[in-house]
Amino acid sequence: MEISPFVIFFASIFTSNILLTNFLGMCSYLSISKDLKSALGLGEAVIFVMTATSVLNYLVYQYILVPFGLEYLRFIVFIIVIAAFVQLVEMILERFIPNLYYTLGIFLPLITVNCAILGVALFIVIREYNFLQSLAYGAGGGIGWTLAILALAGIRQKVDESKIPKGLQGPGFAMIVTGIMALAFVGFSGILSIQ
Amino acid sequence: MSSYGEITKKTLWTENPVIRQILGICSALAVTNLVANTLVMGIGVSLVTAFSSLTVSLLRNTIPVRVRMMAQTLIIAFYVILVDIVLRAFLPDMSRALGPYVGLIITNCIIMGRCEAFAQTNKPLPSFFDGLMSGLGYTLVLTAIAIVRELMGFGTILGIQILGDWWTPWTIMVMAPSAFFVLASIIWAAKSVALKREISAKRTVSKGVQVSGN
Repeated sequence: MEISPFVIFFASIFTSNILLTNFLGMCSYLSISKDLKSALGLGEAVIFVMTATSVLNYLVYQYILVPFGLEYLRFIVFIIVIAAFVQLVEMILERFIPNLYYTLGIFLPLITVNCAILGVALFIVIREYNFLQSLAYGAGGGIGWTLAILALAGIRQKVDESKIPKGLQGPGFAMIVTGIMALAFVGFSGILSIQ
Repeated sequence: MSSYGEITKKTLWTENPVIRQILGICSALAVTNLVANTLVMGIGVSLVTAFSSLTVSLLRNTIPVRVRMMAQTLIIAFYVILVDIVLRAFLPDMSRALGPYVGLIITNCIIMGRCEAFAQTNKPLPSFFDGLMSGLGYTLVLTAIAIVRELMGFGTILGIQILGDWWTPWTIMVMAPSAFFVLASIIWAAKSVALKREISAKRTVSKGVQVSGN
């Protein structure tokens, strides 16, 4: 399991995109992708929280849970770490950078229930990544997720004007667009992949 | 207080969590490449939903409203850990195949949704039933997706050869993109049927008004 962090970083953005190949974070992906601006806001928040919590969870797992033989508690511990971190960031932002808080603040509570964040932490445990690999996977995963939601939001804005069968409007249509995007991203998996 | 029949109809069709409310999509897409995986996942989600609803309902008067989200998450996580341990002990291969998606049941919005929307305000037994049926509604849709994907991708269902040698497996069906297409088609079909019923229901109502008016 000695893959270079650079490979992990780029692979998790493009060929092993966390949303398009692992289907993580679909709920907020489908509901927040109606316009580019809020998609970008949510994406920024996800990149930040995912990078930080993947490292935090890695440290907690390696230096607290493993030495005490408490690996089976990891689901609860990871969720608590993520929720606590989001809460903390919210309070710090509100106190010191109110401008950023107003643009990013509404998205932060959404992130606690974004399964991509927890999913990344669990993948890191399963694939036995080391510290740098975890950092690369967290950052790459966040950027990849943002890339996917931005692409979908852009497409949805253009398609708003056109006629879609009534039954397909909304989530159904978004899912078909995502499928086509996933095809395009999977097409590059010959270049580099981490599975 | 809704009756059991009403709950069944609601959770399986009119408010089906996956195709009508678009909840729990992550795992709906990820585990559906094989029917066996899907069934195990469905049973896990149904049990966790049922027992979390039961517990939340039993504790609904003792948990302060302000911390209820955190309490619910912990209750759900507790049952997910049980499911994970049982899977690892008795079905280790399945546990490996499902990977992180067992843990991700915690963030499955169906469970939190049922706890918040139903168990919080109802008695324990109906809550348990509601959770179980929601899980079943989820399992039904997932199994439908999985049957399409496994049949076209491998020519098998539950590992049993269904289509003969003449069938060329569609490799794309076991890969990620097809999950989106199959689920989208099912949502499309369900929504069209629902829309048609709504229109015909409206027509009969307006006809009835006309008749009585004459």
